[in-house]
Amino acid sequence: MGSFFRKLTRSQLAIPLFALLLLVVFNLFRDPEFFSVVIATNNDGNAVLSGNLISILNGASAIAILSIGMTLITSSCKGQDISVAAMAAIAGSVFVSVLRSNEITIPVILLAFLFGCVVSVLFSLFNGVLVAVFKIQPMIATLILFSAGRSIAYWINGGATPTVSSPLLVSIGGFIPGIPIPTPIIIMVVFLVLITLVLKLTNLGLYTQVVGINEGTAHLNGISPVLIKLIAFVISGICVATAGCITVCRIGLINHETLLLDAEMDVILAVAIGGNALSGGKFNIYGSIIGAYIIQALTVTLYAMKVPSAAVKAYKAIVIILIVVVSSPLVKEFVIKLNKKLFRKRAEKDVPVKAS
Amino acid sequence: MQNDIVLSMRNISKSFPGVRALQNVDFTLRKGEIHALMGENGAGKSTLIKVLTGVFPKDSGQVFLNMDGNLREINVKSPYEAQNLGISTVYQEITLCPNLTVAENMFIGRGNYRTVSWRQMKKRAADILEKLNIPARATQQLDTCSIAVQQMVAIARAVDMDCKVLILDEPTSSLDEQEVEKLFSLMRDLKARGVGIIFITHFLEQVYEICDRITVLRNGELVGEYEIKDLPRVQLISKMMGKDLEDVSALQKKKPTDEKPDEPPVYEAVGLSSIECTNAFDFRISRGEVNGFTGLLGSGRSESVRAIFAADRITGGKIRINGKDVKIKKPKDAMKHGIGYLPEDRKRDGIVEDLSVRENIILALQVMKGFFRPFSRTEAEEFADKYIKLLGIKTASMDTPIKSLSGGNQQKAILARWLLTNPQYLILDEPTRGIDVGTKVEIQKLVLKLAEEGMSITFISSEIEEMLRTCSRMIVMRDRKIVGELKGEEMTQDNIMHTIAGEAV
Repeated sequence: MGSFFRKLTRSQLAIPLFALLLLVVFNLFRDPEFFSVVIATNNDGNAVLSGNLISILNGASAIAILSIGMTLITSSCKGQDISVAAMAAIAGSVFVSVLRSNEITIPVILLAFLFGCVVSVLFSLFNGVLVAVFKIQPMIATLILFSAGRSIAYWINGGATPTVSSPLLVSIGGFIPGIPIPTPIIIMVVFLVLITLVLKLTNLGLYTQVVGINEGTAHLNGISPVLIKLIAFVISGICVATAGCITVCRIGLINHETLLLDAEMDVILAVAIGGNALSGGKFNIYGSIIGAYIIQALTVTLYAMKVPSAAVKAYKAIVIILIVVVSSPLVKEFVIKLNKKLFRKRAEKDVPVKAS
Repeated sequence: MQNDIVLSMRNISKSFPGVRALQNVDFTLRKGEIHALMGENGAGKSTLIKVLTGVFPKDSGQVFLNMDGNLREINVKSPYEAQNLGISTVYQEITLCPNLTVAENMFIGRGNYRTVSWRQMKKRAADILEKLNIPARATQQLDTCSIAVQQMVAIARAVDMDCKVLILDEPTSSLDEQEVEKLFSLMRDLKARGVGIIFITHFLEQVYEICDRITVLRNGELVGEYEIKDLPRVQLISKMMGKDLEDVSALQKKKPTDEKPDEPPVYEAVGLSSIECTNAFDFRISRGEVNGFTGLLGSGRSESVRAIFAADRITGGKIRINGKDVKIKKPKDAMKHGIGYLPEDRKRDGIVEDLSVRENIILALQVMKGFFRPFSRTEAEEFADKYIKLLGIKTASMDTPIKSLSGGNQQKAILARWLLTNPQYLILDEPTRGIDVGTKVEIQKLVLKLAEEGMSITFISSEIEEMLRTCSRMIVMRDRKIVGELKGEEMTQDNIMHTIAGEAV
C-alpha cells in the first residue's frame, strides 16, 4: 500500500487526479446529491441516465478526444496545434455537405465521416509538413489554419449554416434508443481503447518521446523524426474529424463560426493539466484525458453554483492558475523538501529504537 | 620590462567537487603579443579563462592587470566587470544577436546611458569597422554576414571597449581557410596596436602561423611557457600529452592480426563522403580487428566514422559488407547491416535524458525489431537487467531516468544499447571521454574481449595511449584528410605524433 502510494505521488498523474478528487469532494460537500445519477425519460421517450456526472462525461468527450492528438503533437514537436477547432469546423462542414446531398442512412453517415476524416487528416498533414519538414514553429505553422480554417468551412457551407436532421444523427449526438449512456461517451471510450491498444501494440509512445526529448539520438538510432511527427498529425486529424462530427450531430447543424469555438485552448490546457510538459518529451495520454474531464467538471460545477455564464471563464481561470502553479517544478521541489523534512523527523524518532 | 606585461596570473588554483581543475598555474601576457594557450581536453584552459573573466571565482592565487603602466591586483567577480576592466572574450559560438544590425550588436548592453543616439552609434560602428578593415556595413543585419565576419564583429565589439586583453576561444573552428586568413590579419592589426591576445585553438598549424608564445597546460597544471621558435610541433604535442619522446617505446603486446586475406573485410568503403566529411576516403576493417582514427580534435575523425554510420547525409561512395555491395544511406541501414555507433557527444546524440535506463538500453534493438513489435515489459527488463549486471552500471533501478546517472554510467548504458544489438562492427567515438580511470580501463578491456570474440571495432580516443593499447591499426588524420596509416611496429607514440604534426618520420 505504501509503495503504491509513493508510486502514485511520483507519477505525473498525481496532481490531475488530486485536482479531480478535490473537485468531487468539494461538490459532495456542497451538495451531496451533486453526483447522483437518475434514470429519466427524454424527449424521444427513451429511458436514459441523467445527472451532473453524465453531463460532465458527455460534455468533455470532444475535448478529451482532441487531447489525444494534441498530446502526441506536443510530445514529438515540442509545440501545439492551435488549429484543431478550426479544422473540426472544416471536417464538420464536409460531414454535413455529404449528408445533405444524400438520404441519411447508416452507410451514408459512415461515408460522410470518412470524407470528413480524409479532409481533416490532409489539413493536419499540411500542418505536419510545415512543422516536421520545414521546421516552422508549431504555433506559427498552425496559425495559418487557425485563422483560415473557419473561412474554408464557410466556403464549404456556401455561407449558410445548414442543418441536418435525422434520428440517426440524434442517436450519435445524444442517445441510441435502448442504451441509456450518451453516445459521445461511448465514442470516447472507443477512442480510449484504441489509443491504449496503439500504445501497447506499437512503439509509437517510445518513438514519440525519444523524438521529443532528443532528435539527435532518435536519428542515430534509426528513428525518423519527420515520420513520427507526421504520424502524430495524422492521428490528430482523425481525432479532429471525430470531435467535429460528434458536435455537429449533437446540435444538428454546422455553424462554422461557433463550432467548438476556443476549444483548442481547452485542449492545450487539458494536456498541460494532465502533467505533460508543453515543451514536449515525456507524455501521458491519460493525464490529458483526465485534464479534459477536470475542465468540464469545473464548468459544470460553476454552472451548478449558479455562476452567470459570462463569469464562468474568470472563475475557471482562477482554478486553472491554482492547478498550474501547484504542478510547477518550484512547488514540486518544495513539496519534496517538505516531505524529506517530515520523513527525517520520523526517521530520527525511529533511530534510537533500532540502535537499541 | 615590467611595463611590457599586460596581465599576470600567479598561483591560480581552482577546484570543483572531486576535481582539481587548476593547480598553481601561472600565466603572463605581454603587450602586443599573441599567446597560445594549449592543452588537451580537460587540461584546464577553459577554467583558466573563466577564472580570468569572472565566470568562476578562483580558490587562490592573484591576478594583476596593467593599469596606466602599473600592475595592480584585480579581483574580477563577473564577466561584466571583466569587460569594464578591458578583458574581453570572443567565444567559439557566436554570442551576438543574429537578428540585430552590426552596429546594434557592437553596442548593446554597454554603458549606462538611458537614451541611444542611433546616428552616433552607426557612425562610431562604421568608423571601427573601417579602422579594422572588416567587410561589413554598420546597418547590415548580422546574420546576413558570413560566420567569419560575424566573428570579426564580435572582436570589434570587444576591441572597442578599450580592451587590453582579448581572449579568442577557438574562433577558427567554423571558418574556412580564407576566412581564417582574414581573421588573422585582424589579429595582427590588433597586435600592432598593443592588444595582448590569448588564442585558444586545436589547430596546430594556426598556432605556428600567428602566435609568439605558447603556454601549455596539462591536467590543470602548468607545463611551461615557451617562445614559439623554441618549441617545435612534435615537442608541443608531447608536452600536451605529457609523454617525453625519448621515453616512448613501442608497446609490446599480442593483438589481433590485421589482415585476413582469406576472407573479405567485414566493412569496406571506397570513396565514401558525406556533407560533413567532404574529402572522400577509403576504409576497411576485417573480422575481429580493432582499428582507430587518430588526430587532433577537429581533424575530421568523428566526421569520418559518422559517414560510415550514415549519420550525416551521404554524398558518395561504395560500401561492401562481407564482400557484398550494399547501400547505407541512413543510420537504420547501417544498423540493419550490423553496425553500431556510439557517438562522441553523449549528451546531444546518445542519451534520451528523461527516459529510463531500461528504455535507453533497449532503444536500438527495439528500432531494429520494428515499429509494430514492441518488446514486452518482461523482455525489456530481462535485457536491461542482463546488461546492467554485465557492464556494472550503477543505477538505483532500471526505471531511473538516465539523466540522473553519472557520465560514466550513462556511457555504459549507451554501450549496452549497442552491445544488445549484437553488431558485427561497432564504432566507438570517444567512449572514455569524461569517465573515471577505472571505467576507462574496463571499457578498453571490453573492447579487446569483444574483438577476440570476432567483433570488428573502430575505437577513437583523444588519448593516444589508450588507442595504442587497443588498436592494431591506426589511421591518422589532419585537417580533415587521412594523412597516414600506421600498424604493427610503426605504431609508436613517436610516430603518431610526427604524423599528426605532418613531419617526416
